[in-house]
Amino acid sequence: METADIPDTGAPILKVRGLWKVFGENPERLLISDLKNESKEKIQEETGLVVGLRDISFEVQKGEIFVLMGLSGSGKSTLIRNLIRLVNPTAGEIYISGKEICALDDKELMEFRRRSTAMVFQAFGLLPHYTVLENAAYGLKIRGMPLEKRMKIAQEAVETVGLQGWEEYLPSSLSGGMQQRVGLARALAADPDIMLLDEPFSGLDPLIRREMQDELIQLQSELHKTMIFVTHDLQEALKIADRIAIMQDGQIIQIGTPEEIISEPGSDYVQEFVRDAYPATVLTAGTIMEDNEPEIHVWQGPKVVHTLIHRSKRDFAFILDKRNCPVGFLTHRALEKLIREGEGGIDQAMDTEFETCTPDMTVEELFPLATASPHPIAVLGDTGKLVGYIRNHTIIESMIQEESENGGEDADV
Amino acid sequence: MFEFPEKLYIPVEKWIDVVMEWILVNTVVFFDAIGGALLKTLVIMDKVLLWIPWPVVLVIVAVAAWRTMGKWWHGVAMAGLIFLIGILGFWDHAMTTLAIVFASVVVSLIIGFPLGILMARSDRFQTFFRPVLDGMQTMPSFVYLIPAMMLFGLGKVPAVFATVIYAVPPIIRLTDVGIRGVPESVVEAAKSFGASDRQLLFDVQLPLAFPSIMVGVNQTTMMALAMVVIASMIGARGLGLEVLKAINRIEIGHGFTAGLSIVFLAIVIDRITNAFATKQQKHLSL
Repeated sequence: METADIPDTGAPILKVRGLWKVFGENPERLLISDLKNESKEKIQEETGLVVGLRDISFEVQKGEIFVLMGLSGSGKSTLIRNLIRLVNPTAGEIYISGKEICALDDKELMEFRRRSTAMVFQAFGLLPHYTVLENAAYGLKIRGMPLEKRMKIAQEAVETVGLQGWEEYLPSSLSGGMQQRVGLARALAADPDIMLLDEPFSGLDPLIRREMQDELIQLQSELHKTMIFVTHDLQEALKIADRIAIMQDGQIIQIGTPEEIISEPGSDYVQEFVRDAYPATVLTAGTIMEDNEPEIHVWQGPKVVHTLIHRSKRDFAFILDKRNCPVGFLTHRALEKLIREGEGGIDQAMDTEFETCTPDMTVEELFPLATASPHPIAVLGDTGKLVGYIRNHTIIESMIQEESENGGEDADV
Repeated sequence: MFEFPEKLYIPVEKWIDVVMEWILVNTVVFFDAIGGALLKTLVIMDKVLLWIPWPVVLVIVAVAAWRTMGKWWHGVAMAGLIFLIGILGFWDHAMTTLAIVFASVVVSLIIGFPLGILMARSDRFQTFFRPVLDGMQTMPSFVYLIPAMMLFGLGKVPAVFATVIYAVPPIIRLTDVGIRGVPESVVEAAKSFGASDRQLLFDVQLPLAFPSIMVGVNQTTMMALAMVVIASMIGARGLGLEVLKAINRIEIGHGFTAGLSIVFLAIVIDRITNAFATKQQKHLSL
């Protein structure tokens, strides 16, 4: 799966357990009453309290981009603010790098925010009277780092986000995209354990947004930061996420890799969300391939092969060598012709020209292969072994979002 | 027939008098000390302003106006107005008035600025203090002359005292408004990076509130100028006293020229401080 390139260090860097946020007066009273499992509307009617977050639990591994996705009002922004207590949770536990955040007093919390996290905001939140460079150095300034040192680090961060030459400008003279780069530089300069990004690109126009996403991905491939990324844009989530948590009405209703979310929408809500997505960029060969059953080897006789193919209700077969690597492609027709003429092994009748791919290639990347050859595409594992195949029409079908048969209630979290 | 029943009369005025008397007797040392210090500062300021050769004053005004308002002829115009005051024969009086205005503004800022910050930080304090400020501004300014006189006698010091009470509300209000007007996104960003209350105040809120605070300084200064004229009734010398004298002697010419001098002074102070505030605003606009 996608998690392969996430360094597994054992303990999660962020752990949230049973987090609740209830707005209103004396909100604790809801949590001890039976009403707490009722719907948001009913709770508000009966008690006047508004449920912001309901029993949220999840974990984030080091180096992972974890996306919180949901519509406005789903609680995603509240959740990310709860993590560093810009909004104080009503109940629950938050551990970041093993530290219990809810137990920190004001001073410890301040120190924690200075060292461990850095946030990027939709509205940028830059200091308008500071230059680009000073803004980038702001997190370090708060820490009390000496001027020269912090400016040096800030300079590097400014260059990382591609703003060299703009150091001495005020934010007001920069475009929105560039201002958000300053916001990114400010967070990067602080070198936090976790970066929190609250809809960082939502305020930008689509072209700039895509560019920024690409650059974030590029950055991540070099820096391997842990990021919590909030967005309402599924495309964006699918593009940058290692894992996605889908939120609705203050709850997380599904967590999974982009692929899992796309291929198995956990509820109607997700399904609706997913319908708009363009799965070609997300679905991989590994997900849509069919297993190569039964395996047919090059030394097997034509009649045996014919029976095997016939039984499997297919009209073709990939022919494997000793190491289970495909050496040729055999159609049913070529096989029958071979049997009729009665001479030679199946290696005489098979076609050695066929396309191959790896399981992690996206459907988008498969298109050119599918048009290059009439045969199905062989999916090869690490050592060149055949792990499956993809028929051309499967690729097309995967693009059409069908009503999922498991689109029921049970969102598996 | 429908006269208000005398039975309902409550002698609030007597109570206030009693309280005032108690304050006078028991805090005489305190107010004397304040008064003494204030008087010394005032005398020095007065002397300094009168010591500066008049051409130098004109040059200072011209440069200040030119730098803040932007055009060279602004400087000429403002210096010209001050020059007119001299021509009308009120130079020394104008400098005396200016000294009292300056002193009042400085004291107003020392008191008003921290109160404004406090008001911005505490909703409860704001709720309590707003009507107090409203009252201070609505009360006829003459009323302040009475306690000022009782506490400090006659002269410049009670004039400053009365002026401060009258002129301090704008700086408090606009400091409050300025700080509360700082965009929430910027404040939240500063907090998210672990800014302490102090850092938030000095790095973010005060710099961003600065244009608004400058408008407050401008208004406070203008109100101080207006009040200093009235305070001449309790012995503040300067332009106000000249107007008062003219009323008593029914000298319309003297009264009018003294009044004009006040107008010129007001225009110059207002334009320069206002231009400064606007300039800061532009500088910070996003």
